[in-house]
Amino acid sequence: MTTPILMPALSPTMTEGTITKWHKVEGDKVAAGDLLAEIETDKATMELEAVEEGILGTILKPESSEGIPVNEPIAIMLTDGEDASNLNTYVESYSPEVGEENQASADLVQPQMLPKPGSDSNKPQVDASLRIFASPLARRAASDAGIDLTNIAGSGPHGRVVKRDLEAIPTKTPQEDETVIGQSEISVPAVVSSEKMVPAPLKSTPGENFTEITHSNMRMVIADRLTKSSNQIPHFFLTIECEIERLLEMRKDLNNRAPEGEGSYKLSVNDFVVRAVALAIKKVPMVNVSWTDKAMRQLNNVDISIAVATEGGLITPIIRNADQKGLTEISIETKVLANKARDGKLTPEEYQGGSFTISNLGMYGVKEFSAIINQPQSCILAVGAGEKRAVVKKDTLSIATMMSCTLSVDHRAVDGALGAQYLQAFKSLIEDPLTMIL
Amino acid sequence: MAENVFDTIIIGSGPGGYVTAIRAAQLGMKTAILEREHLGGICLNWGCIPTKALLRTAEIYRYIQHADDFGLSVSDLSFDINKIIERSRSVAKQLSSGVAYLLKKNSVEVLEGHGKLAGNGKIIFEKNDNTVSELAAKNIILATGARARSLPKIEPDGKLIWTYKEAMVPDVMPKSLLVIGSGAIGIEFASFYRTLGVDVTVVELLTRILPVEDEEISQLAQKAFVSQGMQILTSATVTALKKGQDNVTATITTDGNSIETTFDRAIIAVGITGNVENLGLDATDVLVDHNHIKIDKWGKTNEPGVFAIGDVVGPPWLAHKATHEGIICIEKIAGMPNIHPLDTRRIPGCTYCHPQVASVGLTEAIAIEKGYKVKVGRFPFTGNGKAIALGEPEGLVKTIFDSSTGELLGAHMIGAEVTELIQGYSIAKSLETTEIELMETIFPHPTLSEMIHESVLDAYGRVIHF
Repeated sequence: MTTPILMPALSPTMTEGTITKWHKVEGDKVAAGDLLAEIETDKATMELEAVEEGILGTILKPESSEGIPVNEPIAIMLTDGEDASNLNTYVESYSPEVGEENQASADLVQPQMLPKPGSDSNKPQVDASLRIFASPLARRAASDAGIDLTNIAGSGPHGRVVKRDLEAIPTKTPQEDETVIGQSEISVPAVVSSEKMVPAPLKSTPGENFTEITHSNMRMVIADRLTKSSNQIPHFFLTIECEIERLLEMRKDLNNRAPEGEGSYKLSVNDFVVRAVALAIKKVPMVNVSWTDKAMRQLNNVDISIAVATEGGLITPIIRNADQKGLTEISIETKVLANKARDGKLTPEEYQGGSFTISNLGMYGVKEFSAIINQPQSCILAVGAGEKRAVVKKDTLSIATMMSCTLSVDHRAVDGALGAQYLQAFKSLIEDPLTMIL
Repeated sequence: MAENVFDTIIIGSGPGGYVTAIRAAQLGMKTAILEREHLGGICLNWGCIPTKALLRTAEIYRYIQHADDFGLSVSDLSFDINKIIERSRSVAKQLSSGVAYLLKKNSVEVLEGHGKLAGNGKIIFEKNDNTVSELAAKNIILATGARARSLPKIEPDGKLIWTYKEAMVPDVMPKSLLVIGSGAIGIEFASFYRTLGVDVTVVELLTRILPVEDEEISQLAQKAFVSQGMQILTSATVTALKKGQDNVTATITTDGNSIETTFDRAIIAVGITGNVENLGLDATDVLVDHNHIKIDKWGKTNEPGVFAIGDVVGPPWLAHKATHEGIICIEKIAGMPNIHPLDTRRIPGCTYCHPQVASVGLTEAIAIEKGYKVKVGRFPFTGNGKAIALGEPEGLVKTIFDSSTGELLGAHMIGAEVTELIQGYSIAKSLETTEIELMETIFPHPTLSEMIHESVLDAYGRVIHF
């Protein structure tokens, strides 16, 4: 029997993937669990395993094939002993122009191929949240205007996206685009037909001096999510100064006590920040909320997302239930997650969700900054560098190590006083770090 | 809560008021409804329903007149106008008592009498036995409806010059009848009386009859009525109406030329005017403009806690528009999420003359005027097997799409049973289907509804049966 291997949906937002590497070549015997390929999704690089044994018959999408839609066949598997001649008909029918009936059967076969993380061979992996409820008219209008319906809050019954929801989105006219970009040849007008969605080839006009770098899926997702957050959320910012002298002392003390080898640790300032953020949430749980059009969601868990810079862009792995974890546990988990993030090996469970984000640019010497909220969360804490500053204490000028932290808040969900109350709780933990041990 | 204090009081129990009352009760509000006459309002008692009973008689009468076409022999066909009226009244009565039952079932308190706003959420309530009491409610919804508009110098007297009310219960069958105004009401009476053999003349001020309908449909309707023997004068006005002993003499002016013609009776059907009088509005901040109460998109008047819905707030004067406005208003009051204002483009309109007329959305002319590039499909009844089998080969189904998005902009129909067919388009509009979903919909064969499919296909040059 021949079985198509389809591009799997490895995350709820994934619509297409890139094959970065095939670990098998055509004709290779494959056992269940063997690594077949690596697929770059919008978030990370994931491994694709074989579910059944057989022979890798034909690779339909070679390495570096980009933008392969979910459910599109990427290879054909043969049962052991089967003649490769069986392939021809399949290859034809699964090749780019997939017939309707073949598509239907392909959909049925699809759940057999599962990604490694969280794989549960009984569960179809297509996430129900992938289905977008939208009226046919809204779908067409969105596709004509190049609008992604996943980003639109529907106002129809059960959140269905209807025409008026699209009318509410300001669409740029091609002229406006030109004035913004100043390069009409490469600007993509707001209303484009599907074939025009492919970036237009560069016209070399005198004076141009740039190299165009195609967006990675990750870059696209970052751009999309942050634009959405910046446009939709009424952000406000609260900055607080924390004296970290005692924290630094305690850190030094604890690190000096770290055992060699097994159980060794090295706490960073950020580990203290993570714990303080989590404990402060326990004290002011009203900030642990998520805004939805219908209701406010009070989150039950304290899951702290930590912004990690990687080569491809920003990703936020999560320390789950951080309020219940000690400093060493937080420290070790953060290191593991950060390394995985840099290697593009995070599984969706490790970066999806979270209730509060910390972004720390202190190590780059940034004094203070403000960050864009990681939707659907309500708060992000931007942590600056600890540095010696002149401060006034008891009416005398003295020197103290200070750290500025700026909380970006979704004003729909959290008001100023509440945000301030939260920062106070955070500050008292940071400045009196022994209370963190309690 | 005191006996005379309510969450919501609705004044007027027409299709806007009583449905809103039931919805209010469903939403857990302590609700009362005030009615000074009959539960169900004009629609049930003196409008939609009793006229449909009359038109049903006309329809059956017409069938029997054509019995021979169907291989049946009927002789000595005649009718008794008193019995026709009796049936129409009993239908109205049955439905009105049905409304009483529904209100009771939903624990809505029905108060018979007249309500007048007294400001600050208070209502002076005068019972029909003249006892006066005070009621109070957080929300007061005015659903007092409308009545026939009269023309300057042409006042209906109820004997020779009728409104819809007298036209529904004639004491004698006139031999000739002047119908002033060719909207749905005028045309339905014209059709009823013409079918029963009355010489009917329709006078319309505008250039065509059924002026709110698509022009093509108006023309087809006019052609059909003329072939039935109706006289239709468009761009014409009745400048004077002189009452005689048992007749009226009308001066009808067209293009500056006046003629005088005598009719047994005349019906004034030139639109309606809101019932805004004697409601105590002067004592409140409620604004009234041209005899209609001014509201925002949620039915709120300028007076806090006072709302208005239905005919009293303005056109289109349709029962189902009043009903929907009422539901939107009360659900908004109840704070339900996801409530949207009424989209007037989704209100279908039906006229139950023969042939029937039904439509929803924009006419072709208005769509073009609004700047749409349209695709228009047409399908005639002659191409439809069921229509031929029914012996109803006259009619048209017209569908208008926005050519750039496939949005269904409007649909316009004339012919047998189109008033029952239009809801297909109404659903399509609510669901925002494009031409593709309509083309992919499987319509049962043989039905008149197949014409909807064919008309859609025709808009894209894909019609099969014509």
